[in-house]
Amino acid sequence: MNTVIWIVLPYLCLAVFVGGHVWRWRRDQFGWTTHTSQLLESRILRLGSPLFHLGAFGVIGGHAMGLLVPASVTAAVGIPEHLYHLTAVWGGTVAGVMLVAGLVLLIARRFVNGRVLRTTTPMDKVLYVALAAMVVLGMTATVAVNLLGDGYDYRETIAVWFRSVFWFSPRSDLMAGAPLVYQLHAIGGFLFLALWPFTRLVHVWSAPLAYLWRPYVVYRARRGSVPAAPPAPAAVRDATTRRNVSPAS
Amino acid sequence: MRIRAQVAMVMNLDKCIGCHTCSVTCKQTWTNREGTEYVWFNNVETKPGIGYPKHYEDQDRWHGGWQLDGRGRLTLRSGGRLKRLTRIFANPDLPSIDDYYEPATFDKDILVSAPGGLNDTPVKRPHSALTGEPMAVEWGANWEDGLGGAHERADRDPNITRMPAEAAAKVRFEFEKTFMFHLPRICEHCLNPACVSACPSGAMYKREEDGIVLVDQNRCRGWRMCVSACPYKKVYVNHATGKAEKCTLCFPRIEAGQPTICSETCVGRLRYLGLVLYDEDAVLAAASVRDERDLLDAQRDVFCDPHDPAVRQAARDAGMPEEWVEAAKRSPVWRLISEYRIALPLHPEYRTLPMVWYVPPLSPVLDAAGAAGRDDTDADDVFHTIRDLRIPVEYLAELFTAGDADAAAGVLMKLAAMRSYMRARTLDGTVAQDLLDSIGMTAEQVESMYRLLAIAKYDERYVIPTAYSKDAAALEAQAAAPGGCSLDFEGGPGLPVDLTRGRS
Repeated sequence: MNTVIWIVLPYLCLAVFVGGHVWRWRRDQFGWTTHTSQLLESRILRLGSPLFHLGAFGVIGGHAMGLLVPASVTAAVGIPEHLYHLTAVWGGTVAGVMLVAGLVLLIARRFVNGRVLRTTTPMDKVLYVALAAMVVLGMTATVAVNLLGDGYDYRETIAVWFRSVFWFSPRSDLMAGAPLVYQLHAIGGFLFLALWPFTRLVHVWSAPLAYLWRPYVVYRARRGSVPAAPPAPAAVRDATTRRNVSPAS
Repeated sequence: MRIRAQVAMVMNLDKCIGCHTCSVTCKQTWTNREGTEYVWFNNVETKPGIGYPKHYEDQDRWHGGWQLDGRGRLTLRSGGRLKRLTRIFANPDLPSIDDYYEPATFDKDILVSAPGGLNDTPVKRPHSALTGEPMAVEWGANWEDGLGGAHERADRDPNITRMPAEAAAKVRFEFEKTFMFHLPRICEHCLNPACVSACPSGAMYKREEDGIVLVDQNRCRGWRMCVSACPYKKVYVNHATGKAEKCTLCFPRIEAGQPTICSETCVGRLRYLGLVLYDEDAVLAAASVRDERDLLDAQRDVFCDPHDPAVRQAARDAGMPEEWVEAAKRSPVWRLISEYRIALPLHPEYRTLPMVWYVPPLSPVLDAAGAAGRDDTDADDVFHTIRDLRIPVEYLAELFTAGDADAAAGVLMKLAAMRSYMRARTLDGTVAQDLLDSIGMTAEQVESMYRLLAIAKYDERYVIPTAYSKDAAALEAQAAAPGGCSLDFEGGPGLPVDLTRGRS
């Protein structure tokens, strides 16, 4: 069971994540978009969207810090364990609260505004449910366990397991002992990655940073074939006339 | 010097009767799809009026187009690159659908399926195309048609609020005291397009061969910065696909040497299509001149004279086929803009160097001359009337010359002089040399200008060379595969959108 959950599932999800993106990129450039609905509703979005996105940046950065940077590295750099913990918990809580507030506003917006509701696709709904579940689990782990509770040092277990997945020597034993909420969040995280390429989240990979260096006006040569010139209107008219005039045989 | 060609348009507003045929045929061709119900690549506005979308000309509110920064450098009015990216999560300058209008549809079934023997006639009711709910139709793309609602709103026309106060005071919205004319609008296919410059993903581009500005539907990621950056609000969000769409200048037709749908079906025959040669390297400097009122001349200076042998040779060296060089020489657009100098750009102060120009309307002028008890055939009387109008020339100046009333009046005088000259020539058989001198044109020029404006033969209005490709392989591909339409991509105008998406 441990093998299936902590070894097979992560690799399966990562394979879907990578393969799904390749498939979508090659197959569906036209659908690769933020799918903006600001045209239809902008009052709630103006608050909710920046909150959600900035919160998400913080959360993603926090996860990268916690999961990818080994405790030995921060210790070697001279960051005391206590300082690290404070930063992680409070930074994570602030980013998480922003994310939650933004997400609540954005989901509410989908239901309050009939116009936006109409443009919401089934995949959007799946995505919102998945996002909400992930955020609830993550916030429970951060706030209930680490901020209010006794705390749990995920850097010695979960982070090591997470990195071991990418070294192709997954250590499922480390996850077996983790608290349930962390286990669920980790499983959910990988499932979420598998969902990613099939949702509007693909717009993340198109973050337009190249815009900062690009010349303003883009020129492009016309591609593709030159269409054959259609007949001149006069020719069409004359052809029709001739047909009409000619006696039925 | 880097010579490029642009397929440009001129509209003769004197002839526009506001029939909306251009809008309707354009909509049938391009935007009769889910997600683009509210989109009019071509719309016809009544001026004065607040326009479509509402107040789009008020750049203090929408921050469209360009401006000069403190050091005289050209910057997008909505801010530089970094600022734009910080606003990508919520664009503060984006119009909402209510600034355009809520599109409606009608439950026409009720007319067919109503039971017999009713005392009352069944009535079809409007339903929102966005929510499906019953709705009241309270605004539309041509709501102000024929000055509809002008007594309530038209004084908030941004062109009136910007006018000098004493001129604005002359504008009346009472019956028999007011004035109006129609303004058909499409994408300006600018030389210095703000939409292209604001597109974060680089999906928008200006075509090297013919200057047409397009959105690459496969590369658009829906950042919607083009919509707010365009000061003419001629880029739209398709709310079904989440991508930007805009007037394509009917490029499949232009490539085949045919006029755009709006031009082809124009009842008043007021549109002209032709090439303008321009120097791409001169564009930035022209858009950056300090005084807004110099922008008109600066843009004219970017254009190259197709009769100049040096220009023609440079065009050939740039890879332009002979057919294009010849077409540039015969271009009606070049003649109206640069030879006769009677066409003016719409809102040059936006600094985008627009490429759809307008011959301003003279008709209200001659009416006014008659109403003032003056002789509308007498040049002096007409010239005086032009500066003494119920329709203030200052209003036209706000639209076409960045507020320079003398420049706008100069064009009207040319048009008035042409009419007086032709009347004397046709009725009396005399040549009114003083009229020609007053506008600095030769008899030959005025008569050919008259022919182009008044007779306006199809072949003279539209001088469009067929597309060429510098890529020989593409030409061969064409020979191998005739037919095949470049618009048959998923969700494009060639396919119904329902086929391409799973939606609830």
